[in-house]
Parts: sequence; C-alpha cells; structure tokens
Amino acid sequence: MNVTFLLNGETVQVDAAPTRTLLDWLREDEGLCGTKEGCNEGDCGACTVVVSDENGTKALNACILFLPQLHGKAVRTVEGIKGPDGALHPVQQAMVDHHGSQCGFCTPGFIASMAAGHKLGRTDHDNVLAGNLCRCTGYAPIIRAAKAAEAAPVPTWMNDAAPDVTAQRYAPETLDDLATWYAANPDATLVAGATDVGLWVTKQLRDLNDIAFLNRCAELRETSIDAGTITFGAAVTMTEVLSVMGEYHPSYAEMIRRYGSEQVRNAATVGGNIANGSPIGDNPPALIALGAALHLRHGDKTRDMPIEDFFLTYGKQDRAPGELVTGVTLPQSAPGLRCYKISKRFDQDISAICGCFNLTIADGTINDARIAFGGMAGTPHRANAVEQALIGQSWTTATIAAAAPKFGDDYTPMTDMRASASYRLQIAENLLHRYYADLNGQPTSVLEVQA
Amino acid sequence: MSVAKPLPHDAAALHVSGTARYIDDIPTPAGTLHLAFGLSDIAKGQITGMDLSGVRQATGVIAVLTADDLPFANDVSPSIHDEPLLSDGTVHYIGQPLFLVVADSHLNARKAARMGQLSYAEETPILTIDEALAADCRFEDGPRIWTKGHVDQALSEAPHQLQGSINMGGQEHFYLEGQAALALPQEGGDMLVHSSTQHPTEIQHKVADALGVPMHAVRCEVRRMGGGFGGKESQGNALAVACAVAARQTGKPCKMRYDRDDDMMITGKRHDFRIDYVAGFNDDGQLLAVDFTQATRCGWALDLSLPVADRAMLHADNAYHLPNARITSHRLKTNTQSATAYRGFGGPQGVLGIERVMDHIAAELNLDPAEVRQQNYYQAMPQRKMGLDPSPLQTTPYHMPVSDFILHGMTEKLLETADYHNRRAAIADWNARQSILKKGIAFSPVKFGISFTLSHLNQAGALVHVYQDGSVHMNHGGTEMGQGLFQKVAQVAAHRFGIDTAQVKITATDTGKVPNTSATAASSGSDLNGMAVANACDIIRDRIAACLAELHQTATENIQFKDGMVQIGDERISFAKAAQTAYLNRVSLSATGFYKTPGLNWDRIKGEGTPFFYFAQGAAITEVVIDTLTGENRILRTDILHDAGASLNPALDIGQIEGGYVQGAGWLTTEELVWDDKGRLRTHAPATYKIPACSDRPDIFNVALWDEPNPAQTIYRSKAVGEPPFMLGISAFLALSDAVSASGPNYPDLQAPATAEEVLNAVQRARG
Repeated sequence: MNVTFLLNGETVQVDAAPTRTLLDWLREDEGLCGTKEGCNEGDCGACTVVVSDENGTKALNACILFLPQLHGKAVRTVEGIKGPDGALHPVQQAMVDHHGSQCGFCTPGFIASMAAGHKLGRTDHDNVLAGNLCRCTGYAPIIRAAKAAEAAPVPTWMNDAAPDVTAQRYAPETLDDLATWYAANPDATLVAGATDVGLWVTKQLRDLNDIAFLNRCAELRETSIDAGTITFGAAVTMTEVLSVMGEYHPSYAEMIRRYGSEQVRNAATVGGNIANGSPIGDNPPALIALGAALHLRHGDKTRDMPIEDFFLTYGKQDRAPGELVTGVTLPQSAPGLRCYKISKRFDQDISAICGCFNLTIADGTINDARIAFGGMAGTPHRANAVEQALIGQSWTTATIAAAAPKFGDDYTPMTDMRASASYRLQIAENLLHRYYADLNGQPTSVLEVQA
Repeated sequence: MSVAKPLPHDAAALHVSGTARYIDDIPTPAGTLHLAFGLSDIAKGQITGMDLSGVRQATGVIAVLTADDLPFANDVSPSIHDEPLLSDGTVHYIGQPLFLVVADSHLNARKAARMGQLSYAEETPILTIDEALAADCRFEDGPRIWTKGHVDQALSEAPHQLQGSINMGGQEHFYLEGQAALALPQEGGDMLVHSSTQHPTEIQHKVADALGVPMHAVRCEVRRMGGGFGGKESQGNALAVACAVAARQTGKPCKMRYDRDDDMMITGKRHDFRIDYVAGFNDDGQLLAVDFTQATRCGWALDLSLPVADRAMLHADNAYHLPNARITSHRLKTNTQSATAYRGFGGPQGVLGIERVMDHIAAELNLDPAEVRQQNYYQAMPQRKMGLDPSPLQTTPYHMPVSDFILHGMTEKLLETADYHNRRAAIADWNARQSILKKGIAFSPVKFGISFTLSHLNQAGALVHVYQDGSVHMNHGGTEMGQGLFQKVAQVAAHRFGIDTAQVKITATDTGKVPNTSATAASSGSDLNGMAVANACDIIRDRIAACLAELHQTATENIQFKDGMVQIGDERISFAKAAQTAYLNRVSLSATGFYKTPGLNWDRIKGEGTPFFYFAQGAAITEVVIDTLTGENRILRTDILHDAGASLNPALDIGQIEGGYVQGAGWLTTEELVWDDKGRLRTHAPATYKIPACSDRPDIFNVALWDEPNPAQTIYRSKAVGEPPFMLGISAFLALSDAVSASGPNYPDLQAPATAEEVLNAVQRARG
C-alpha cells in the first residue's frame, strides 16, 4: 500500500505491507531507534509518537499503529522533537533539569506524550501521561518536569502541516464506497483505531489479508448533536467522545477518562469498541443504560437497533457478513446516569466490571431503570431482575437493599485474572448502594478525596 | 567538589533525545539473525515427541536447535547447574524454553516458534506452597532454622501471645527494556556479547562454557540496561548463551530479545512468601519472643533462591531488637518460573513479616502502631564519649551487634515533619463522619543490611586512564541500569583528580577491561565501584604528584589537585598540563583499582556472624483512602526521611527513594501475579499485570535525606540506596490495613497484594 506522510518534517512515501507497524518501520527500516518497544500492545507508551493532521495533534502508540493509518498525516518521533539545530524541546530540557529519566528506556515515549500535551496546552499531566509506564522514577520528577515546561512556548518545529495526499483504495473516503467494498469483501477486516486489531497482529501474529482503513471516511467521523440526541459516527475517537460527554454526561466522561490511556483514546473509536463485541468494552454498558440506538449498514441497506440487541452471545453479534456499524445515537439528557468502572489500577486498565446505572426518579418513586454491566457475562448485559425490583418502588435504602441481591439472578460472572466471580457479584450489588449514596450527594469516590 | 552535587544522570540528555543506545538499538551487521524460543505449554512432564518440521519450513527460518544440538554446556543456571538452556526432555514449568529458532527477522522467529508440535507425558505439577510442603518438594535437605535465645520458653511466659499468617505475592520486574542480547562472532572462535545484564562476568562465564572455550575468548559489554531491578542478574543468561551458540553455529551475528509476553512467561520474578508467626509480648507492646516460619516458592530451578531466602531471614528483625527469635525457612521447589533476584532480594518479604507482627500487636493492645515500633527499636548508636564505655550492643537474630542504629532520631523527626499524631487524630474524626470511605495512616521504618551475603562477592575492580590532554577514561565492574551509578562514580573520579565531572568519560562495562566482577546488585554498586575507582585514581594521582614533586624539588604533600588545577607550592598548572608533564616524563597514567569490603564474616548454615558492613535506614509515613463498597484504594500522601549517609549525589538518591517507594507500594497493592490451576501465568503482559501508573504516585510526596555521614568507612561516607527505600512502600500496605480497621472491630488480616478485591475481603473480615 502506498502511504505518504511527513516524518520529522520530511515527506516520506512508503510502499507498506498493510499491517507493518510504524514502530517496526521506524526501528528496522529507518534506523530511528529512539522510539522504543516496551510491550508491543499499546499498554506501556514507550513507543509513543506525536501525530498531527487537520484535526490537531495527538500522541499515539506506534507499536499498534499500521503505516496506512498515517496516510496524509505528520509524525514526529523523539528524534524530531529535538529541534533541527539540536536544541532540546522545553519538555526535554525540563526532564534533564528535574531528573525525570533514570534507565531512560521509557523516556522517549514520555517525551512524545509530554510534547503533544505541551503543544495542546494541557496541564492535566496525570491524564496526559496515564499511558506511559515508568518503572524507575515513581513519576514524581516527571510531573515536576511537565509542570516546569508548561509556560515555555511551543517550538516552531512542532508545527507540522500534514501533506496533501491522494485517496487510496485501502482507505475509502466515503461511506458509500466503504459499504459497497465491504459488502463485496465480507471476510475483510475493518480497521479503525487498531487498538485491538493491532494486537491480533503483534501478539496473535495473525496475517490479515483484506483490510480497509476507516480513518479517512469523513462520514464515519462526524458527531452530530441535535433534537435531544447525540450521534457519533463509528470512527469517532474516544478522545472526541470524551470531550462531548464532558458536557452532556459527566459520569460517562469520567469513566472514559479512565478508558485505555490518552494514546489509546486518541486511536480507539466508539464504533470499534462496540463492533468488536467484547464483554469488557466500557462503552456498551453505558450506551445500554442510556438506551442508545446502533446504526448498521450493509451495501446500501441500513438498519437501526437498540444497542443491547446487538450483543447476542460471547463473540457473536447481530451483524451480517459485510455489514458494518456506522454509528450510535444516544439521548443528550440522562441526569440519573452514573458509570462505575472497577479495575485493579485506576488508569489504563481493562475493567473487572463496569456498571452503568440510569434510573428515572420522580417524587420519590423509581419510574424507570436501565442498568447494564460489562464484565459480568459473555456480553455487555442488562440487569433485568434488578431493574424490575426497582421500578415502581420508592427511592429508599430499603428498596436498594431488597433489589441488590437480584444481581444474582441476572449474572453468573466468572473468575479470571482481573477478579473472582464472588467479588464481581458482590461489587455489582455494592455499586447499587454506591449509586444510591452518589445520587444523594454522599462522598463515594476515593479519587475525590485529598489528604 | 564533584561529590555531593545533585548533577543529572550522565545520560539524561541522551535519554530525552532518544539517542541513548540499548541492545536492540545497536546497529548490526548485514545478515544478523534473530532468535526466539519455542516454549512448553505444560507445567510438568516428559517430552515424548517434538515435531519441528513446521518450524523448519516456516518463512525465514535458518536453523532450529534443540538440546541435542548444543555441543557443550546446556546450562544457564547461576548456581547449581540445574537450568538447561533448552529442555533435556523434562518439562518443569509452562514457558520453559524447549527449542531455539534462528530466523532472518524477529517476527519470523516469533512466528516459527509457535509452530512446534509437542507431545508430552504429563505429570501432576506442584504449584502451591501447601502442595510443595506436603510433597516435601524443596531445595536443600530441610528448612534452614536460625535461633537466638529461648523462644519457646519466652513465648510461653509472655503476658500476651498472638499468631497469624501473611501471604505476599511475587512481583514482575517489568523493566521497560525486555531481556536482550546480541552476539558477534570474532576471529578464531572468539565471541563478543552485548547483553542487557547486571552481571557481565556471569554472561562471559556461561557463554564460554556453552562454547567450550576459556573465559578469555569471550568478551561481554554492557553500556546500560533499560531497567534491571534484579531481573537482569541471572535472567539474561539464556538469551546471551542462545545468541552465542547460534552465532557459533551459523557464523552470523545473532540477536535475541524477548517479546514482553515471552519475557513474563519465561523469566523469574520476586519470590512469593507465606510467613506464619507466633509472637509473645508485654502490655507495652514490647516483643519478647517471635517464631517465624517463612515458606517461599522458588520455582523449578535454584537460581539465586538460597541467598534470597537467607536475606528474608536476615531481615526478619527489620529495625527491632528480638531477644528471642526463631526463623524457619522453607525453600520450596514448584513447577513455576524460577523465582529470582528482585530489589531487596528477600529483604522486603522478611521485613513485611515483622512489620505485620508489630501491627498485629498494636491492634491487639489498641496502641499507636508507631509507638509500638519505637518501643521495639534497637538501641541507638552509642555516643562514644571520652572515658565512657558504651553499653554492650544489642544483637540481631543472627548475632551481629547493631552499632549504627539511627532510627530513633529519624523517626522522631519524621513524625514531627509529617505531623503524624495530629493527622492520625484528624483521620479518626474524618472516618467517624464517613460511612463509605475510610482513611488510614501508617508509619514504617527500614533497616537494611548492606553487603553481599556471599562474602567473596564484596570486591570490585576499576580501570582508569588519564590521557595527555587531561581527559580521563573511567571503567569499573558496575553496570548502569538507571540508578545513576556511572554518574556517582564519575563524580568520585573527578573529585580525586580535582577536575570537573565533564572531563571524565564514562565507558561501557566490559569484561575485557575489568575482569571477575560481581553482579551490580545488593545495593553495593557505588560502595564497591566507587572505592575501586578512587583507588585507581589515587594511584595515578600519586604518580603525577611524585613526578611533579621531583621536577619542582618539593614534597608530594605540597601538591594539591583542585578546581581543575594542580597546585605545586606557589605554582598552579592545569590538570591537563600536569598530565602532559607526567607523560613526557614517562609516568604511567593508567591504573587498575581494587576494593574489598572489610570485616565480613558469615556462616549461613549456623546463622551467625557479621554478614553486613553497615545498615542503611529509612522511615515513611503513608496516608491512604479506601472505598468500603469496592475496596478501591489510593495513596494520598507520603512523607519519607531516608538515610543515604553523606549522599554522593542527592538528586540521584532522591530518585532512587521516590522510585523505590512507588515500586514497593506497587508490589503490595495493584501488582498481582495470577497463575491458573494448570500452572499457567495469566498475567503476562501490562494489560493484565498492573504496575503503578502516573496517577498512582502519592498526591503529596515529600522526600528528604537524613544527611549524616556513614560511621562505616564507605566512599565519602555515603550509604547504598538502591534497595532500602523499596521497603518504605510497606507503609502504604500498613496504611490500607489501618483504613480497613476503621470499618469494623476485628483485625483485618490484610493479605498482599492488597488489590481492591483483597481490601474488600479485609473489610468484610474487619466487620465480622
């Protein structure tokens, strides 16, 4: 596949195998070894690079970034974050001054994340750096460095203009073209952000033959907000979803803040998270609780469904071969929505369970209840028995206490490396209690407590 | 002055610009081959068939090697030769290397390695501590037992007695740079090996044995590691030997790096332990007797498990005087990865055992746990005043007098600067007002013995050259893994010559320059290598001084090296000029240096002697919050006062303390290794194994140095700082236990790691 992009300010043209990762290409073909491989699955950030296009600048994990995804973009690696005249970028100088590197192996990835954050004027460093693991420093000096560099101007060399490129067949630019191609090639793999498909290649060592990349399909990248609803195109990134949700559904936004990491959210798409059907994806339980509608298209035929109907059983969704998820529509208002993500680590961890509650309460009575969990079954799943035990009841601790044990009717979770079955079930119950306390204004989050 | 300056890491500018080279960044000759291991997928049994035809036919494969293809030693063990590079037919754990693929690319090697068709006669594996104890499956003949005093009698006579048990999980090193090696065949059968290792001499030794050549035919070079933490003390042997063997066979340079999942499946981790205890104490919380039973899973091969388990015993006292103590240690053989060195080397496990006892006693007597700890401290370092004999020293359970105990003063200062007592009261008030969230606070100290317990390892060598232009080339046996050793030692060298650190070139560790080195381990890097380099520098400096003294007809005492200049009586010349003068007068400007730690004497079987040169100490106070509905928890504030002696470089030392603390807290909180009932490690990637992330560091993180000179004669009276602060993370675990205690009347019996799930379990136990 012919790919054209800007690398550290120079235009490059590469004839790339479709699943050649940027990281391997940088290190093996270009001899640019500053960008490191730490895990090869997007979880450590040692391979972070800065990518810019007409939508702005972001940090991405190069280890699960296929070269064709870069068509028409500008990439800066740690080598190019240093100025052409050899001057250190302010974040580089600050990392030296504040002793932010020890073994130095994670450092290029930190530098890339910090440089991207610096360019965007970000000061929420814990979020910017949640996807970069450091085993040596305990992070304290890195944060000191990031703060020290906040006020420094963005070096001119960081302002890349993405090159103009011609459309490529592997990356359809219109939904019509994509839908037609996919209907004709139903065994193909659609790649949006590659945060999951990337691992099929780097970890499962799968060969993927037919591939279409979705990131240049403009219609799939649209967000529309009107008439009480929000519609996300399937290729809208989780970073974009996060920014919209901050305004309409703050609890959902807080859950997404902990979804993957900055680099993962910059690549991952809402459609990918749904279509892949994982029982532990974090969007589906929230969207089910919101009563979202999913949009699909097969050739020129479209259909919509309540999102919970999409997940049939583990590994199986209501999607025909050649049919693609095009978007999802959700209500703008759901004041009772709360999303609780429980994981071993707060940031960048897959949920042990993710519980989303959306109760409608009027005059002390629960009129409607939509509760959905990830991590409790083979699919994201509603808690029907609990909902039934709540609907029509008064909004009291007695109601909550009576309903909570019904989770045992709804779910038979499993034990794995993230949590035991009994913990999962216990937490599901306890999260209902948290929900009650939360809506009543009691402190419930350890993240909001200070010394 | 070059020492004591907070200079940046010598490679900081390279790190931040991506130009610091690690093994996989070294440019390789065309035709370099890449290696991967085929791994076992059963935990115990015999290989009955190995069909590797699919592997051989896979794209890019050049060769496939099994144990039969190894002409010389099939052994990568650092101890008793029980660790074949490739299985000899017996399988000991899931992840054991069975065959070696040599291919034209890293990816092709990885792909081919999965194509082996193995058949096995499977046996029932021994996976847990209880299974191994029941089967008496262990290393050594029986448990090691060390005793001091009359334990049973003292226990039975004690006013109070309690017993308990704490499990503590292992820990994956998660060095960001995975294991890697590169072997370049040289003329005449010689081999140059680049390895990411803490122990170049061991790599040289194992490679020589595998090639059937003397050690002089192998040279190992290490510029830096992307993190080590003990995980590269012995675990790099397999890759270096595989590369060397494949390079010998193919005649091509061979490189091997583990993919992260392979790294975590193959290599050893921190030893997990269960420590059972029976303690007798008085109304004041003073410990009268303690009986510890430590059981650890060493995994399938011995590796370094004996000294690790010894060190757990050696730290069963931590900072406390135990008048009567028995420590029983079971070193169990299990069908899991061979547990290995990890920062603290058993020390943290031993320390957690006694800290748990202190906590349990405080809970039993309803006393402030910090006060119980102070009550049990060793007596303070005697103030040797003229004419006064110091009182006899208290001894450790291994009968070593403790002469340098400084934690009384450190503790008082830390309790004050961290406002411990007021905050403890405020937390109790806060907890009384909260129904769901609870806070906790805890103090914990560390006293860590410095020296290798295998006494002969306490030696180091150095090689220093001064060139005619006054620039200095410095080399020593220590390796750089991020701890800043090279910078600290360069500061020592610069100081000896009175020159700027920038004039000292730091060079890669190289077995061809300094031979017979010890691993960079046991926190001893700067103590040992700093002294050896100082020795080499002094030899050269004295030669220069003697030359100048003769030329200027003065005594050598009148010659001083300072501020980049050499003062000769009233005359001042530059150091460069002095070096050039010495050269022109045919003075050797190259010297080796050597150092051995004095005064060590240790009998590990009896558990008697002086295994340590001195003790490094520190103290921490951590405040946490937990959610009693989910067990979620978080560190809110940490205050640390740590003893680095007279610090060689305060910035680097504080870096070790901050990093060590967070790593220690990670060990006891989110870092959970999970094996399934077949013995398969289920947490073999960062997706499932969770080291602390950026936001897991304490919100408020105050770290200060107790900047007092080491009474022991170390390099510029500094103290080792690599491992000791790791154990300060224990205060986070104890704070979690304290928070859980606020949710109910019972002792929470918190187990480690205290994941959210474990904290919730403890909340339920506390409530009863």
